[in-house]
Amino acid sequence: MNSTNEGASASHSSAAIKASLKKRYARERRFQWYGRMAVLTGFVFLLVLLVDIVGKGYPAFTQQYIRVTVDFSAEQLGVAPGASEEQLAAANYLGVIKNSLRAMFPEVDSRKEKRQLYRLVSVGAEYQLRDMLLADPQLLGQTREVWLQAHSEAGSYLKGQVSAASAEADRKVKDVQMAWLDQLRAQGRTESRFNTTFFTAGDSREPEMAGIKVALYGSFFTLLVTFLIAFPIGVSAAVYLEEFAPRNRLTDLIEININNLAAVPSIVFGLLGLAVFINFFELPRSAPLVGGIVLSLMTLPTIIITSRAAIQSVSPSIREAALGVGASKLQTVFHHVLPVAMPGILTGSIIGMAQALGESAPLLMIGMVAFIMDVPAGVTDPATVLPVQIYLWADSPERGFTEKTSAAIMVLMGFLIVMNALAIYLRKRFELK
Amino acid sequence: MNKHLVNAAVLTAIIGATAQVQAAGRDTISIVGSSTVYPFATVVAERFGRSTSFKTPKIESTGSGGGLKLFCKGVGANTPDITNASRRIKKSEYDDCQANGVTEIVEVLIGYDGIAIANSSSAPTFNMSLKDVYLGLAKDIPGPDGKLIPNPYKTWKEVNPSLPATRIEVLGPPPTSGTRDAFAELAMGGGAKGIPALKALRDLGADQEAEIKQAMAELGVPAGVYDALKEQKGKAPKGEYVFETIAYAVREDGAYIEAGENDNLIVQKLAANPDALGIFGFSFLEENGDKVHGSVIDGVSPTFDTIADGAYPVSRPLYFYIKKAHVGKIPGIQEYAIEFTSEKAMGEDGYLPEKGLIPLSDEELAKVEADVKALNTLSM
Repeated sequence: MNSTNEGASASHSSAAIKASLKKRYARERRFQWYGRMAVLTGFVFLLVLLVDIVGKGYPAFTQQYIRVTVDFSAEQLGVAPGASEEQLAAANYLGVIKNSLRAMFPEVDSRKEKRQLYRLVSVGAEYQLRDMLLADPQLLGQTREVWLQAHSEAGSYLKGQVSAASAEADRKVKDVQMAWLDQLRAQGRTESRFNTTFFTAGDSREPEMAGIKVALYGSFFTLLVTFLIAFPIGVSAAVYLEEFAPRNRLTDLIEININNLAAVPSIVFGLLGLAVFINFFELPRSAPLVGGIVLSLMTLPTIIITSRAAIQSVSPSIREAALGVGASKLQTVFHHVLPVAMPGILTGSIIGMAQALGESAPLLMIGMVAFIMDVPAGVTDPATVLPVQIYLWADSPERGFTEKTSAAIMVLMGFLIVMNALAIYLRKRFELK
Repeated sequence: MNKHLVNAAVLTAIIGATAQVQAAGRDTISIVGSSTVYPFATVVAERFGRSTSFKTPKIESTGSGGGLKLFCKGVGANTPDITNASRRIKKSEYDDCQANGVTEIVEVLIGYDGIAIANSSSAPTFNMSLKDVYLGLAKDIPGPDGKLIPNPYKTWKEVNPSLPATRIEVLGPPPTSGTRDAFAELAMGGGAKGIPALKALRDLGADQEAEIKQAMAELGVPAGVYDALKEQKGKAPKGEYVFETIAYAVREDGAYIEAGENDNLIVQKLAANPDALGIFGFSFLEENGDKVHGSVIDGVSPTFDTIADGAYPVSRPLYFYIKKAHVGKIPGIQEYAIEFTSEKAMGEDGYLPEKGLIPLSDEELAKVEADVKALNTLSM
């Protein structure tokens, strides 16, 4: 048919060909449109997701403060002047805060209203005052204007997320609290600041005091362990299989198994981690060490497969040239093949690590889904990771955690974007050589 | 570039870390257990960590059953010190603990939790009885001739003419959840008790095998169910076990939708779908009063007061269990328990009721406080 094309075109009527040509062009155009629709649909989904998350999450990056006149008198704190540090730490800061709030609104006298008044400032305010006084014992006996963190409910009103329009019984911020907050705002006693707590605190049950520091450290330690284990083992395995291993049934079997391993659901690795590393080797629960080992098992196949592909794609002429000038097999691989394959290997490793960063299912089994407030100092301290922190906050009853959840998702996505961008950059940077 | 060196270094680091951990034991309290108790335990842990020199306890949310399993695995730094539970420890779990050397367990009752059956605030409030709940959600219900038939009801109006004519669509927790266990026992079981034939079956003892089989035949339950239960329990079952098998089964025809453990998700779905009902813990109802409202059950609506005084029928006790062998070995366990049971945490004006925990009565609280101070152990 190919060889007779020219003759056929001359003998057939040109109208028929034109008609069929038109049909074929139309078919191509239609296919292109299908493709565009597919891309567009994917893009719309992504956009909806992003808009939803950013829309919900951005208020979490600001935090509301209320300026309160605090009287650090020894009498109010219930300590003697010149008290020791220990006595100061145990002083009655809550009472001081309550007194300050009552002084601002002297008309409040019913028990119920008082409780609502105290709920304007965060539960953490007493620890804030304690830390202030411990840092500077000279404050004892003085009166200071202090910016205290607002309670998350009061904060949501100050941020304009709750309005007086809805029925009072249906919302946590009551009318009287709104009136107080309006009054404070009119006096310039409220302020909105960038939420540093979100990055410097661990988990908390009070939304305004909760932060992602433990999760960030946990993710870092976990990925460090994952990288230290998966990268050397993965690259070594790929180099051996690609450059040195004989091609026989056994290596075929190994290859099939590696490919299968890449498709194993991640929860299975969690079960394995529980049985082997925690129950048998008695490594500590909830530690990034175990999390990292489990995730490295999950990441290994990805690294091996991409590394093999990268090594395979190195031009044979490079190997032949190296061998030709007298390099040994080992020298050829390490001096010539690996450097050329490195961008591909790094790309694969980074994508594997990004997968590991977003993983939460296997960590459930090894106890990393936990409430942890103290920042881990090493790989054996209890820690949690970003996706798990998101999961825990999404499940919390307090309304204030909704925005925290979305904000943590934004941070996680930020890291994923950076890692994927780095992978693309490395590929572009080195592949031209 | 030397891979051997790197591998060796990693291996040494891991082995070193292991040795270090095993030598040092543990200085953080390890707590596991119920996701219902988790929000309360974490509040206490946070305050405890901030206001004392002890480290903040680490709390995992594993579910009541999962927590007790870990707890009962043995004694030692690799097992948890405390487990939270949204139901009482079962005899089988207690025996498991004993067999593994966890002989001394301190039981601490911390308060109550209501289970709400709620719908969107934009829809009218449901006013139903437990029997309506059972008839609407059970897999099989007694038909006109007394035999069990697959649940025929499509709308709530068919169940009870005073209910709205909306399709039966209920979002609730999966079988792994403690909330589901409590819902089955209190709501489904409570409703089934309102049906005379099932009530009669429930009251039969283990020695009344003939009567149980007779009652089962009248209900049209295959005799194999009895034998299966007998094998499972290892002895002749009580009528109550047969009753539970029948009454606790939830319909699987799409009317009951398992919505996962995340109660916030159920609340969101209810807000979007005014025709659906949802089952979740009281604290989520309290936090989301603008989106959903709780149904009136047997004439009582779920509020703080009705759950506290026991008037609301679907409420359950919450507990935590302490491994006494760890007290004194892991620092801070008893201090944590004392903080948890103190007046300022669990009392009526404490910080836990503010988070939605329904507090104990004064006598109960006094007893619990005394138990914790003396570390009185549980025997079953």
